[in-house]
Amino acid sequence: MKITIQKIRTALIITRRETRDQLRDWRIIFPVVTLTVFFPFLMNFTAGRILAFTEQYGATIVGERLVPFLLMIVGFFPISFSLVIALESFVGEKERGSIEPLLHAPLDDWQLYLGKLLAAILAPLSSSFLGMAVYLIGLVLSGVPLPETSMMFLIITLTVVQAIVMVSGAVVVSSQATSVRAANLLSSFIIIPIALLVQGESILMFWGSHDTLWWAVFGLLILAIILIRLGVTHFQREELLGREIDVLNIKWILKTYWLKFTGGAGSVVEWYGKVIPRALRAIHVPLLITLMIAGVGILVGMQEINNFYIPLDESNIDNLSENMDALMAMIPIGSVAPVLMILWQNVRVLLLSMVLGVFTFGVLGVVPLFASTAVVGYLYMLLAVHGLSVTSFLAMIVPHSIIEIPGAMIAVAGIIRGGAELITPNTAKTVGQSLIETVADWMKLFIGVVVPMLLLAAMIEAWFTPRIASLFIR
Amino acid sequence: MIHTKDLTKKFDDFLAVDMLNFTVNPGQVLVMLGPNGAGKTTTVRMLTSILKPTKGSATIAGYDVVEQADKVRKAVGVLTEHHGLYARMTMTEYLDFFGGLYLLSKDETRRRVEPLIVRFNLTDAKKKRLGEFSKGMRQKLALVRALIHDPPVLLLDEPTSAMDPESARMVRDSIAGLRSSDRTIVLCTHNLTEAEQLADIVAIIHQGKIILAGSVPEIKSKVLGEPEYIAYFSESIGGWHSDHVANAHMTGRGDDWMKFRISDPEIANTRLMKEMIQAGLPIVSFQAVPRSLEDAYLRAVRNEDLEGVTQ
Repeated sequence: MKITIQKIRTALIITRRETRDQLRDWRIIFPVVTLTVFFPFLMNFTAGRILAFTEQYGATIVGERLVPFLLMIVGFFPISFSLVIALESFVGEKERGSIEPLLHAPLDDWQLYLGKLLAAILAPLSSSFLGMAVYLIGLVLSGVPLPETSMMFLIITLTVVQAIVMVSGAVVVSSQATSVRAANLLSSFIIIPIALLVQGESILMFWGSHDTLWWAVFGLLILAIILIRLGVTHFQREELLGREIDVLNIKWILKTYWLKFTGGAGSVVEWYGKVIPRALRAIHVPLLITLMIAGVGILVGMQEINNFYIPLDESNIDNLSENMDALMAMIPIGSVAPVLMILWQNVRVLLLSMVLGVFTFGVLGVVPLFASTAVVGYLYMLLAVHGLSVTSFLAMIVPHSIIEIPGAMIAVAGIIRGGAELITPNTAKTVGQSLIETVADWMKLFIGVVVPMLLLAAMIEAWFTPRIASLFIR
Repeated sequence: MIHTKDLTKKFDDFLAVDMLNFTVNPGQVLVMLGPNGAGKTTTVRMLTSILKPTKGSATIAGYDVVEQADKVRKAVGVLTEHHGLYARMTMTEYLDFFGGLYLLSKDETRRRVEPLIVRFNLTDAKKKRLGEFSKGMRQKLALVRALIHDPPVLLLDEPTSAMDPESARMVRDSIAGLRSSDRTIVLCTHNLTEAEQLADIVAIIHQGKIILAGSVPEIKSKVLGEPEYIAYFSESIGGWHSDHVANAHMTGRGDDWMKFRISDPEIANTRLMKEMIQAGLPIVSFQAVPRSLEDAYLRAVRNEDLEGVTQ
């Protein structure tokens, strides 16, 4: 993929054509005019009324917070229809039969993709800027104080990044969908998270937590980059013309999954002898990252004792030894139910990590591990503050954690690797195929290595940890 | 030049194109004939680097369709089966757009397309929106677009499918006019008259395979056998028959006509005529029995189907 100025210029020819086409379509022009001219006036009027109303009761802060919030809304509404343009960018042309001549043109895949991506974003974003400008001018004219410059900059940046995320997500959907109908149905995967995000942003805006909003901008920027990369790397001319119908091909899904899961092994012995070691070798770098995340988690947890101190009943610490005795009496060695309970808890958390990881390209998959290690760090500090010795604490944790934590780390490393695989250039695979193979790769490690480790750890935790810990506590 | 070797395309379990081998030299027109779903469009898409072959290889103007896709696209002009145009653009804007994609300036694009626009009778439609074009006009414009960069290889998928007879003839004549010693043309069509008029080589494709290939006379000869001639007489010829002329075998007769299958017409026809004249037969006419490419095509496909059923 060689990027030159000439190639970018050629990609912009597509952008120009599509933008001009949009501006000739009254179905696009009508909302643009409405949302950029009439809607901001309505918001001006609303802002003025609410400010006047809240001033009567001395609640000026509500009005002050409302003005930037409405700026965000005025900016967001026009970019919401960018989704409609982006969703049909590829698949719409395919349905109209005009995509094939374009695919025959001497363009690289990335040129086609970039041209269409920019075309989908340009008109809605311009409309968004225009709407915000009209709103701000209206505020000046009606004597309402403007939000702070830094706040305005934050909102404009947030709007741009949000638009890029929505459009890049929708273009991915459009390039992978088989029909406009399918693309529209899939759009809920973009609309729902964005709707939740805007709600969260609204809360933060009223809360006045601007730093957190900047973090949201940063997170969205990363997501936008990942989505663009995902779209470009998995864009295939062949797939665009090859797939015609939306049929859930369960046979193909199972076959793809099984091939990846077994790795071509003919027996369990071969699977454990060749496939699993290969899979473990493949995660050595993600494993290092996971180790760092776990370390940082522990440190963050230990630090948090300063922010969230929970006073414990001293008698609980004093009676720790008796409590251990009661626990040992309740869970005799060989009892199965507590083992299964512990195992199920751990499996559930790691499955949740995997689901989070798949939908965020691995990023959120590390959250449960980070949270768990932070809790360990926090608990250690909490008990230490209450006079519990390091050895007693370690005795309660180490016997089973020495197996459980590496197991969890292998699972999380698998998630990180899966996320990286998804966004690695691979035009030979569709997004669907990559997703199935990523899940199969992860399940291979999970079932082959992690679950056995968690089972062993659960047995130790239920049967031996209390007994070892009681020796140290006494 | 186009060259394919064992070119194969499989979609999941469906074999769309099965081991195609052919060569089309510069100056030649290859016509691909075949029923719907035979694999013609898939072949064209592989030759234009849109679909990757599952097996085998192909080169276009010396470039490999997988390894040198960008060069292939520059060397090929394609008229697709679905030529969907951008309805809100004018013809001039549309051609400028595609000219730009082929790195041509507006002036250069217009200089190149002007003669084609005149040839295809589209001059009055320059400022019209493409949504207002008739099917035939759209097809002609798509053909102009395919020629915009003066490609050495032309792949035309159903170029006259939506046209009235007059426009179809105009386009056919134009395709014939596009022949040149350094241009290779591949044409997919269902129109057998078109194929007969334009083809240097005909390839009949059925279920992804080339079942028959050759020039039109070769195809007819292979499928329908040696040519037949029929003689008409002004009165009954009674029981006259000829067993003496080599390479001429009587295949039918009536009271005032006789039909012969002749493998060597240049020699055998002269001898046969001479014999009939010597016998005093009142000959009215002696002519070849018309045999169309359509007959050959239908029989070839039918034979292939029967073989498939038998197997």
